[in-house]
Amino acid sequence: MSEAPAGPPAGLRAKGCGEATVLRERGQREVFCGLTGIVWLHRKIQDAFFLVVGSRTCAHLIQSAAGVMIFAEPRFATAIIDERDLAGLADLHEELDRVVTRLLERRPEIRLLFLVGSCPSEVIKLDLSRAAARLSESFAPRVRILNYSGSGIETTFTQGEDACLASLVPELPAEPQRSGPSLLVVGALADVVEDQLRRLFGDLGVGPLHFLPPRRSPELPPVGPQTLFLLAQPFLADTARALEERGATRLAAPFPLGAEGTTLWLKAAADAWGVPRTRFHAVTAPGQDRARRAIAHSAQQLSGKSVFFFPDSQLEVPLARFLSRELSMEPIEVGSPYLHREHLAEELRLLPPGTLLSEGQDVERQLDRCRAARPYLTVCGLGLANPLEAEGLATKWSIELLFTPIQGYDQAGDLAELFARPLTRRDRLVA
Amino acid sequence: MQLTLWTYEAPPHVGAMRIATAMNGLHYVLHAPQGDTYADLLFTMIERLDRRPPVTYSTFQARDLGGDTAQLFQTAVKEAYERFRPEAILVGASCTAELIQDDPGGLARALALPVPVIPLELPAYQRKENWGASETFYRLVRALAGPQAPPPGEKRPGRKAATAPSCNILGPTALGFRHRDDVFEVTRLLERLGVEVHRVAPLGARPGDIARLGDADFNVVLYPEVAETAARWLERSFGQPWTKTVPIGVGATRDFIAEVAALADLDPTPLLSGQDCRLPWYSRSVDSNYFTGKRVFIFGDATHALAAARIADQELGFKVVGLGTYSREFARSLREAAKGYGVEALITDDYLEVEARVAELQPELVLGTQMERHIAKRLGIGCAVISSPVHVQDFPARYSPQMGFEGANVIFDTWVHPLVMGLEEHLLAMFRDDFEFHDGAIPSHLGVSTAEGDERRTTLPSAALSETSAVTWEEDAEEELRKVPFFVRGKARRNTERFALDQGLAIISIETLYDAKAHFGR
Repeated sequence: MSEAPAGPPAGLRAKGCGEATVLRERGQREVFCGLTGIVWLHRKIQDAFFLVVGSRTCAHLIQSAAGVMIFAEPRFATAIIDERDLAGLADLHEELDRVVTRLLERRPEIRLLFLVGSCPSEVIKLDLSRAAARLSESFAPRVRILNYSGSGIETTFTQGEDACLASLVPELPAEPQRSGPSLLVVGALADVVEDQLRRLFGDLGVGPLHFLPPRRSPELPPVGPQTLFLLAQPFLADTARALEERGATRLAAPFPLGAEGTTLWLKAAADAWGVPRTRFHAVTAPGQDRARRAIAHSAQQLSGKSVFFFPDSQLEVPLARFLSRELSMEPIEVGSPYLHREHLAEELRLLPPGTLLSEGQDVERQLDRCRAARPYLTVCGLGLANPLEAEGLATKWSIELLFTPIQGYDQAGDLAELFARPLTRRDRLVA
Repeated sequence: MQLTLWTYEAPPHVGAMRIATAMNGLHYVLHAPQGDTYADLLFTMIERLDRRPPVTYSTFQARDLGGDTAQLFQTAVKEAYERFRPEAILVGASCTAELIQDDPGGLARALALPVPVIPLELPAYQRKENWGASETFYRLVRALAGPQAPPPGEKRPGRKAATAPSCNILGPTALGFRHRDDVFEVTRLLERLGVEVHRVAPLGARPGDIARLGDADFNVVLYPEVAETAARWLERSFGQPWTKTVPIGVGATRDFIAEVAALADLDPTPLLSGQDCRLPWYSRSVDSNYFTGKRVFIFGDATHALAAARIADQELGFKVVGLGTYSREFARSLREAAKGYGVEALITDDYLEVEARVAELQPELVLGTQMERHIAKRLGIGCAVISSPVHVQDFPARYSPQMGFEGANVIFDTWVHPLVMGLEEHLLAMFRDDFEFHDGAIPSHLGVSTAEGDERRTTLPSAALSETSAVTWEEDAEEELRKVPFFVRGKARRNTERFALDQGLAIISIETLYDAKAHFGR
C-alpha cells in the first residue's frame, strides 16, 4: 500500500532551508476525522450548535473523543441516518428539517447552527448546503444555519476546524470603506490566550484587532482588502484561501508556539504596521523573558533527547521547530497528515537540517521505524500511546496539544512541560 | 433519522472489534474510511489495553471513491495477513463502506489465504454494538466449530464415567463491564462444584479453541447479549445444553449453582450451604433498616438491569420504581420483569427519555450506566454504575466482579456507598438547621459542591413535577415542606401532590401535607 520503502532514503530529509523533500506514505491512518474538532469548537463559539448528519459511528466518535461525557447538555448532537432514510433522498431532507426544528425548539438560545457532513452523508451525496439554505429561510433572522464537512474521507482531525471556519468566511461582514488596515487572527485559541494577544497587539499599536472564530456569532469580524491576517494555527488552508478571496492578505510567519515562534509571529504584524524596533522590543521583551524562564524548567529533562512525531494535528512541524530550537531536542521523524508548503515555509526553514519529514501515513511501517529508532519521546494519538508505553517507549498523547492553551509567551512553559511530564514521570516511578 | 445527544451503544462493527480484541490469533480487517480508527482508543484508553486491537482499517478517502476501493481493501487484507500471520481473519465493512458495497467477504476469499476467512454482515444503519458482538461471535463459532459438528440426528455420546463434567464459558469480551473478573469468579465457582472449564470464549481464546467448543458437555452463558445466539447454535449442532441463569446477586448465584449441578449431574448442597457471602447478613444487620423501601431506578443492558432489579427488590429491600434497558432485543423479558415489580418498563436508547423519567420518578438511588450517573449527578441523586457503556472507572485495578458470591459483596458495597446511611441520616435530620447542615450543603460523597449544583439539585426535580400537576401550594404549606429533610423532600412533595389530586384538592395546605403523610406512611 505504501509508495515508499520502510527505510527512509537519504534524499528525503529536511535541508533546513525550506527545500525539504518528504517521505509520502499511503496506508492505514491512525488519526481522527474532522468531526473531532467539534469538541473544542463548541466550547469556543458559545452560541453555536453542531449537528452532525451521519451514522451511529459519528455519534460514538464524538462522544468518545469528548472524554465520554460533558456535564451540561452538550451543544452538539448527531442526526443518525437509518435504513428508512437510505430508501429515498427526498425523505432524508424532510427528516432533517424535522430534526432541526425539534432541536431549535428545545434550544432557543442557539444563534448559529452548523450542519456537519460526515462520511455517510458525503457518500450518499446528501446536499447539506441546500438543506442549510432552505432551513436558514425558515429560521432567519433568529438562527443562522451553515454547513461544512468533517468527514473522514475528506478531512483529517484539525481540518474539521478549517472547514468550519471556511464556512464562516462568506458570512463575515465587509470591512468599512477607507477604514485603514485591520488585523485578523485566525484559528480557535483559548480565551485566555486571546486576551493576552489583545494586550500585546494593543501595546504595539497594532489594530483594530479581530478574531476568527469569535466567541459569539453576532461578533463576526469584518473582512476586506485592507484586512491583514495572521494564522494562529497551521491547519487552516481553506480558511486562508477563502479570506484571500475576500481580498484579505496573509502575513507570513511561523506559528506562535514558544518564545521564538511567538516573537516572529507578532513581528510579522508589527512590521506590517511599521512598529519601530525599539517599541517592539519594549513590548515583547518581558514576555520573551518570562517564556524563556518558564521553558528552562523543562530544559534539563528534554535537552539532547530524541523525539518522534506520528501524524495527527498538523501542529507537528511547528512543535518540532519549538522543541529543537528552544529545548535542544532532536527530531527523528516529523510526521504530519498534510504539509502545507506555503503556510509552513517559515517553519521548515527553522527545522534542523536532516530532519525526516513524512506526510500521510502507513501506521504499520511508521511503527516499524519508530521501534527501530527508539526515540526518547514519541508524540502520537490515543490509539497508540498505551501500546507504545507498554513496549517501553515514553509517549506524549497529542490530542492534549489541541485541548490545552499552548500559544503565546505565557503558555510556552506549559507547552514545554507537556513534553517533559511523561519523562519526569518515568524518572519518578520506581515500582 | 434520530436526533442523538449520547448513544448507549456503538455501531455494530465495534461489537465485532470487542470479539476480535478479546481473542488471540485472530485479525479483523475493516473496510472503513480514515477516522474510524478512533475505536482503537476505546480499548487502549478506556480498558487500558497494553496492545493495539488486532484490527486493520482499509482507510479509503474521497478521491478513492471513483477509483478502486475494492483493490485498496484487498491490499489491506493481504498486508495484514503477511504482517500478523493470524490463524483466522474476520472481514467486514463499517457504516460508510456498507454504502459503497464492495463485498469484503468476496474480495477476501478471492485472495485464497491459507487460513479461514469469516465475512461479517453487520448492518450499521439498523443494528448496534451488542448485536454486532453477538453476530460476530456466532459467525465465528459456526465457521470454526461447524466442521467438527456430528452429522444431524446423531446422538451426543454420553460422558465417560471417570471424567469430570466440563463446560465452556461463553460471552466475555474486550471492553465488557467487569468481564475479566466475572470469568475468574465463575470459573472458581464451577471448579468448586466439580465442573471442569473446557474453554472460555471469546475472551482469551484462539481460533483453535473455538473449533473445540463442541467437546464440552454444556455451555455457561455469562452474557446473553453476546453469547445466546452462539449457544443456541451449539445446542442445535452439538446437543450442548446451556445455562439460562446469569449469576449476579445471591439468589441468582444459588439458582445458577442449582442449574449447573443439574446439567452436570452433581450435588449442589455443599456449595449452597457455604457461608461465603456477606451480603445476606449485611442486609439483615440493623443499620440496613434504612434501605427499606428506598426508591430505586434501574437502567442498563438487559442482563445487568434484570439482575439489579432482583437484587434491589429481594436482597436489599429497596423498592424498584423504574426499570429499563437500551437492549431492544431483550425488551420482552424486561417487560415481564417490570410487570412483576408493578412498574412500566422503559425500553429506549434515547438518553433524554431516560432523564425525563428519572426526573419524574424522583428515586433515591439510580442504578444505571455512566449516562445515568450524569443524570443523577445533575438531579442530586446518588448513583451506582451497573452496566455498559463503560468508562475508564469501570476497569478498576482491584478485583471487583459482579457475578457469584464475591460479586454480590462488591455490589452491596457499590450500591450502598452513594446512599445516606443509617445513623448518618438521623444526624442529618437532627442538625438540619445547623449552619453546616443547611439545605444547600450536600453530603460530600455526592460529589457536588458548587453553588450551581445546589441550585439545580433543589429546584430542578420539583419544578419538573409542579409543571405536571394541577395543584398549587399555599405559602405556609410550602414553608412547612421546607422543614422536611432535603433528601426526602422531593418524595414528600410528590406524595402530597398525588394525594391532593386523588382527593380532588386544587390547593395544598399544611393540613393536606400532613394528611398525605398519614396516608402514605413514612
